[in-house]
Amino acid sequence: MTEYFFLILGTVLVNNVVLVKFLGLCPFMGVSNKVDTALGMGMATTFVLTLATAAGWVLEHGLLQPLGIAYLRILTFILVIAAVVQFTEMVIRKISPTLYQVLGIFLPLITTNCAVLGVALLNIQENHGFVQSVLYGFGSAAGFTLVMVLFAGLRERLALSQVPRAFTGAPVSFITAGLLSMAFMGFAGLVAP
Amino acid sequence: MLEAIVGLTALGGGLGVFLGIAAKRLHVESSPLEGDIEAILPGQNCGQCGYPGCAAAAAAVAKGEAPVTVCPPGGRPVAHALAEKLCLAVDLSGFAETGPMVARIDETVCIGCTKCSRKCPTDAVIGAAKQIHGVIADACTGCGACVAACPAGGIRLEPIPVTLQSWYWPKPGTGKTPRSGNGVLTQ
Repeated sequence: MTEYFFLILGTVLVNNVVLVKFLGLCPFMGVSNKVDTALGMGMATTFVLTLATAAGWVLEHGLLQPLGIAYLRILTFILVIAAVVQFTEMVIRKISPTLYQVLGIFLPLITTNCAVLGVALLNIQENHGFVQSVLYGFGSAAGFTLVMVLFAGLRERLALSQVPRAFTGAPVSFITAGLLSMAFMGFAGLVAP
Repeated sequence: MLEAIVGLTALGGGLGVFLGIAAKRLHVESSPLEGDIEAILPGQNCGQCGYPGCAAAAAAVAKGEAPVTVCPPGGRPVAHALAEKLCLAVDLSGFAETGPMVARIDETVCIGCTKCSRKCPTDAVIGAAKQIHGVIADACTGCGACVAACPAGGIRLEPIPVTLQSWYWPKPGTGKTPRSGNGVLTQ
């Protein structure tokens, strides 16, 4: 049990997928204007990432390794991720048309979110079991959602504050992202080596 | 080699079948009328009607929340087509018949601020910053978004001049061409 707890803690805070591994920076900058949208995007990505990591593990151990075609890993994972994203799109359209409209183009773009492919590949590299894989995917996605919401909150307040003219818009967002990343480096001390 | 081909084909086929079944199961019933109405609207999403885009305007028209005269750039032809589609008798006489319009930039007034080109939904305005702008008439839909954006007041909507290429015979019985309103060929 403690092992699973530390796995989740490690993926959410210590090895945060956005701020420590620098994966998935596109939606991090693109969909973080409002907290609501950021949360929705985080939820959708969580769904996709967890499913993709689990499906990736099943494929790796059920298809790629028995047939000895591990060199096709990236190709198959991209295929599976694209299918899962399509499925997510259908589900979201069915259960929440509002969220479907708000996410817009960023929903199909989860396919090209490198965090999804990156986490699925890292998961295989770390030789996790199935339950660990699901937790690893879920933890990474939860970290992604957390950072998205934090950053969106910061940007909402930044929009109301007086920023020097040279820094308005994207520059101050990049600086904020850098500071947030440095803050997350503090979590590295959470786990004793 | 064979394993790779068979394995990937099976995977792709399996995922395709799965998505096909999921699409049937999770199908969202949308009104077929909305799609038809959206096809009639110009589809430039210019926002002049006050809705976020043509799809939202089509939904409002289908629900009866918006009149068939909702689309300013579509003008009379679109209003007429919508009324026909919805089987509504609409008095279109009060609807100004302006014909298709095109934006024109007054070169003596243009200050090269690029505000109009940023507003243009079809990228019909050309010209870099601090250069005099122009309008590509073929790309312009006459939505008028640039007219409001111009700080110098140098953009007007003008009827498309009838040229040899665009002139055609008047419809029988009406005595005037639907495009120009006067049927006079100008060059």
